[in-house]
Amino acid sequence: MEKREMRAVYAQTLIELAKTNEDIVILDADLMHANGAFAFAKAYPERSFNVGVAEANMVGVAAGLSSVGKIPFASTFGSFAGRRDYDQFFISANYARLNVKLVGTDPGVTAKYNGGTHMPFEDLALMRAIPKLVILEPSDPVSLGKLIRKSASYYGCVYLRMQRSPASVLYPESEEFEFGRAKVLREGSDAVLFALGSVMVNESLAAAETLATEGIRAAVVDMVSLKPLDVETVVAQAGKTGRVVTCENGQASGGLSSAVAEAILESGVRAGFARIGVKDEFGEVGTVEYLMERYALRAQDIAAAVRSLA
Amino acid sequence: MDVDPADPRKRDRDQLVLSKGHSGPALYATLASKGFFPVDWLHTLNVGGTRLPSHCDRNRTPGIDMTTGSLGQGLSAACGIALGNRLNGIASRVFAIIGDGESDEGQNWEAAMFAAHNRLENLIAFTDCNKLQIDGSTEEIMNLGNLGAKWEAFGWFVQEVDGHDFAAMDAAVGRVKEGKGRPSMIILHTVKAKGFSLAEGQVASHNMAFSYEDAKKAIAVLEG
Repeated sequence: MEKREMRAVYAQTLIELAKTNEDIVILDADLMHANGAFAFAKAYPERSFNVGVAEANMVGVAAGLSSVGKIPFASTFGSFAGRRDYDQFFISANYARLNVKLVGTDPGVTAKYNGGTHMPFEDLALMRAIPKLVILEPSDPVSLGKLIRKSASYYGCVYLRMQRSPASVLYPESEEFEFGRAKVLREGSDAVLFALGSVMVNESLAAAETLATEGIRAAVVDMVSLKPLDVETVVAQAGKTGRVVTCENGQASGGLSSAVAEAILESGVRAGFARIGVKDEFGEVGTVEYLMERYALRAQDIAAAVRSLA
Repeated sequence: MDVDPADPRKRDRDQLVLSKGHSGPALYATLASKGFFPVDWLHTLNVGGTRLPSHCDRNRTPGIDMTTGSLGQGLSAACGIALGNRLNGIASRVFAIIGDGESDEGQNWEAAMFAAHNRLENLIAFTDCNKLQIDGSTEEIMNLGNLGAKWEAFGWFVQEVDGHDFAAMDAAVGRVKEGKGRPSMIILHTVKAKGFSLAEGQVASHNMAFSYEDAKKAIAVLEG
């Protein structure tokens, strides 16, 4: 399957947008090379601001820029996007109803060798607690590009959780994406896997393949958007299959698993439920493969979770 | 300030970020007297559903340019406004008012570096240096040392004036061009609740409750 570097898609999409939209500006906190923003900075130096190692100020400056009509995309590692500027993003950007797009890279185990200090397992739960915020985690290069465009044309704050390393292309270029609209990548009648982000969507597809050889037909849903959540698809798939497994590259509480559980319980549908995700632990160093095993995020862990739901 | 009460969001207006957002009520009085909204609104302060909340809210109050209240955040936003204005080709001034107690917050110093690095010469900040913070004097709670020297070291053009002397403050604003590309910090030496003997210079004056009779006395002093 073709792979493309996600950070290159990030920069290239913004460069294209900037050609026709003079309000697009970017900020980063001394991670421009890592996050891909540097390519934009080379194309549009006058619209690029490296604030140094100062995430709180970055988000505050972005809020001010947006109050005079600019459309700032501010990037940093997801660990810092969630923790180091939470109050600034909450108050100066969201509570003030401004227009800041915060990009948190290296989701979950993809922070690999940077280890526990840099491994965002908590950002989804933190961000979900901010009223009205749109939270996206694109699963492939095509959805990433499309969702950056949607984010730029939407007035309001967005948290974009973005893997920066290469990711498999899952969608045709013509595919369109909406906030709050999930994609059913594989139909199934025995179980449904609700997955978020490149790592977990790909693992879920692999798990569904394995299960199919055992006669278990598992649907795979790329959630795309954690908030707003596609409640309609979640409830319909849960009702149809009766067995639900949520798959997220982060804490299995407060994020996707909680959002899906809330939607299903409130709907009155009853279904078996299991969570794939980090279970109340901190991150640590290692290869992505090691960490996937360490936190039981692999396709085989997902398949086992489905089997456990009688 | 170049502002228009009939068009509070005028694109090329001067802007003010009151970073010490808890001083909102003082700003509301000024905005009302300038005609941004009816003076009657002042009686709705903190009443449920009011357009005048304790802390500044850009979405509720005409004339409020930035939402503030979580201390230390306003100067960053003011930097963003000044930078955005420059990108938009607007030469207006951006004012920010921070507190001396608020200066404990590290974000101010991140913003200080950013403003100097980006030569935000249209940014004019004031520190309301009343030497008091909620739990006591700034000297005993968290000593700020030589505040003027600190801002100078961060690359700002610094002036210090009596914050109760309107002519001196006006003159200081007139001198910011001498900063030659640097952002300006004007440190205002003030006495908290000056002019009202029950509260003047007292730590408790940050958010003290007083009777209607005392309030009338205070208004008489201020208007005298």
